[in-house]
Amino acid sequence: MTDRTHETTQPLLEVRDASVSVNGRDIVRDVNFSINHGEFTGLIGSNGAGKTTLFRVILGLQDHASGKVLVHGEPISRANRSIGYVPQKVLFDPDLPIRARDLVALGADGQRYGLRRRTRALHDAVDEMLDAVDARAFADRRVGGLSGGEQQRVLIAHALISRPELLLLDEPLANLDPGSVEEIIALLHRVSQQQRVAILLSAHEMNPLLPVMDRVIYVANGHVASGTTDEVVRPSVLSALYGHHVDVLRVHGRVLVVATALPIGPTPNDAHPEFVVE
Amino acid sequence: MFSSFMTNAWLSGTVVALLAGAVGFFVVVRGASFAAHAIPNGAFAGAAGAYLVGVNPLVGLVSFALLSAFGIGVTSRRVRNDVATALALVAMLALGAAFLSASLIYEPTINALLFGEILGVSSAQLWPVLVLGVASVLALGWLYRPLVFTSVAPELARARGVNATVVDVAFLTVVALVTALTVPVVGALLTFSLMIGPPAASRILFARPGSAIAGSVGLSLATIWVSIAASYTFNLPIGFFVGAIGAFLYLSARLLVRRVPSTP
Amino acid sequence: MSWLFEPGWWANGTVRTALLVGFVVALVSAIVGVFAVLRGQSFAGHALTDVATAGGAGAFLFGLAPLAGFIGGGVIGAGAMDAIGVQRVKGRDIATGVVLGAAMGLAALFLFLAARGSSATGTTQLILFGSIFTVGSSTLVQVAWLSAGVLAALAVIARPLLLSSLSPELAVARGVRVRAVSLVFMVLLAVAVGMSAIVIGAILSTALLIGPPASALRVATRFVAGVALAATLGVLATWLGVLFAYDSYYWFPSHRALPVSFFVVVVVLVEYVIASLARRRGAAPSSPALEPEGWT
Repeated sequence: MTDRTHETTQPLLEVRDASVSVNGRDIVRDVNFSINHGEFTGLIGSNGAGKTTLFRVILGLQDHASGKVLVHGEPISRANRSIGYVPQKVLFDPDLPIRARDLVALGADGQRYGLRRRTRALHDAVDEMLDAVDARAFADRRVGGLSGGEQQRVLIAHALISRPELLLLDEPLANLDPGSVEEIIALLHRVSQQQRVAILLSAHEMNPLLPVMDRVIYVANGHVASGTTDEVVRPSVLSALYGHHVDVLRVHGRVLVVATALPIGPTPNDAHPEFVVE
Repeated sequence: MFSSFMTNAWLSGTVVALLAGAVGFFVVVRGASFAAHAIPNGAFAGAAGAYLVGVNPLVGLVSFALLSAFGIGVTSRRVRNDVATALALVAMLALGAAFLSASLIYEPTINALLFGEILGVSSAQLWPVLVLGVASVLALGWLYRPLVFTSVAPELARARGVNATVVDVAFLTVVALVTALTVPVVGALLTFSLMIGPPAASRILFARPGSAIAGSVGLSLATIWVSIAASYTFNLPIGFFVGAIGAFLYLSARLLVRRVPSTP
Repeated sequence: MSWLFEPGWWANGTVRTALLVGFVVALVSAIVGVFAVLRGQSFAGHALTDVATAGGAGAFLFGLAPLAGFIGGGVIGAGAMDAIGVQRVKGRDIATGVVLGAAMGLAALFLFLAARGSSATGTTQLILFGSIFTVGSSTLVQVAWLSAGVLAALAVIARPLLLSSLSPELAVARGVRVRAVSLVFMVLLAVAVGMSAIVIGAILSTALLIGPPASALRVATRFVAGVALAATLGVLATWLGVLFAYDSYYWFPSHRALPVSFFVVVVVLVEYVIASLARRRGAAPSSPALEPEGWT
């Protein structure tokens, strides 16, 4: 599938001709995409399409059967310092005497052995992160007592405090009401610009991301298409991906991908591919 | 070993294994292993208390087993399961320790209570054992559907109006009764092993609930029969064989079947 | 305050040793126990005390040093639990139960053989319920060194352990070797309970492992404060237990003292009730529905 790199500098993350199988089942094949510094990328696909598998590969937790996955030109290893991760939901016991700010601090030193007193510098960094995600107001409350949205922001701060260059977020928009969805996307966009962090977030639905997304990676049917929204979200590309005839409708600036049961016949005509409703 | 004085041992052992196997299936599925361990220890304290006061030990066993079960079931509502169980267990054991030191119980009796005695059930006690056994089976039968429902899909069950607390407490009550019957034969410290080892092995081997329960009962029976025979032949405590065979069955099942089925 | 301290309390050397040993054991149990409770490993913690019993019984049978038996048995048990355990919580409990069953069976065998071989009575009771008043000063020294070792090792893995206890996912993402850290913790747990088992009894050391930490966690707002509070509550319970046990000798005309373990457990439970009430006053009660894998 197409992938157009327009930067001359080395991409932050490169995936070339990668295939992944789990328990003998092929999940995705011939995957090609890159992520450049500071880019906001959406990984779009439905459940079971392979988004989580791809994340695990990038985090070094899943082997890929073939191809290359490179970070800064080097093969990935486990727990790369350049990559931060925000899981979808973590269940915290409400009785846990761990405050939001404690969890964020653990993002800086949670993996270090030995006891060391927390320095002034660390305190300041924690405060800075909490401000960046608008979490100062509940910084001293137990993590177990926070709402889903509040917890999510704390988890983002936890991942950001070690200054990663790429932040992976696993379905952060699932189960959020539309207002919160907008808020979190705006927050992520702001953080991405201020801290020069590339963002890769997975979602079912790309519409909320359209205003901020630089590139999209579309996963379906074991294959991947990546590029800008205009390049990827087209009937020809998506139909080839799905193996089904797919129409793309744009309604008031929103995109609707509609599949029909018709098998793929003559290539859909990209010249008049879309029904546009102003 | 089949002479008349062993009849009681075979009879009570069979009854106990039937019950422990059936109840044990649900213990394993519900993740109630800790409670299954705690309740017999509570029963032990009751037996010690009964000796102190001069009452039939079976009364002590049953009453304290029920007390433990109730305590665990009720406090689990407000506090995490494992902390509640640990505290209940410890409270019962402390009482048991106090009873033991306040009375002068013959050491072999204590050992029998803890580790089992194949001749632990006398003819006089056989009738109450059978009656309580039948009552337990009936209770289990009556509870069967809500029990399976709440074990396998708790949210769905709650949505359908099944009162999870009532089912839980009722279940633990059955566990308590079965425990009280099993302790004289297998001992307080090994009772739970009969409720965990064979059922856990059966769950690995059989995917369907019906076959898993049957397998659980079958393996428990096999365990107890072999244990009684071995205990008689080698003149060693029956608890040793129950523990060893239970572990052996579980490990064998694990090795035989590489992938554990996710739900029964 | 002389009514509280029966005659001879202050002068008694045995009492002093008991208080010292009790202090060390309670301290270590509480600190290790905080992590055990956080990780939902109360059953494993309790099971290890019983497994330590089997080790103690074996040591007695084979004429080995009791401390070695308790701790060796516990460590082997911890290794077995880790080896056959699965990641799911329920699977973990079954592994614990199976290892415990096997260990109890062995304990039955050892104690039976030991009782047959010697004429000593009360062996079973001694091993199961322990007696803090019979701990010698050499054992005290050994326990002190072991405790220092356990606490030092715990300090080394404290942060990765905390993070992986809060969320294995987050820990893995940070590069923590979650399985290795879990195994190290289990071994430390086994050593801690082995030591406490020899002092207040294999079965009842669970009380000091779970009770004070559970109480502290209900009340504390910060983690380090919680650990300190757990240690304080544990030591307090142990000292009061020793005191009341000593006093109880004088309470009954028959001069039969009640065991230390009984009083320690009573204090632990009282502490827990008070902590729970304080929690209810201070903040909203926690919802039990948040338990990820409960019984219902």
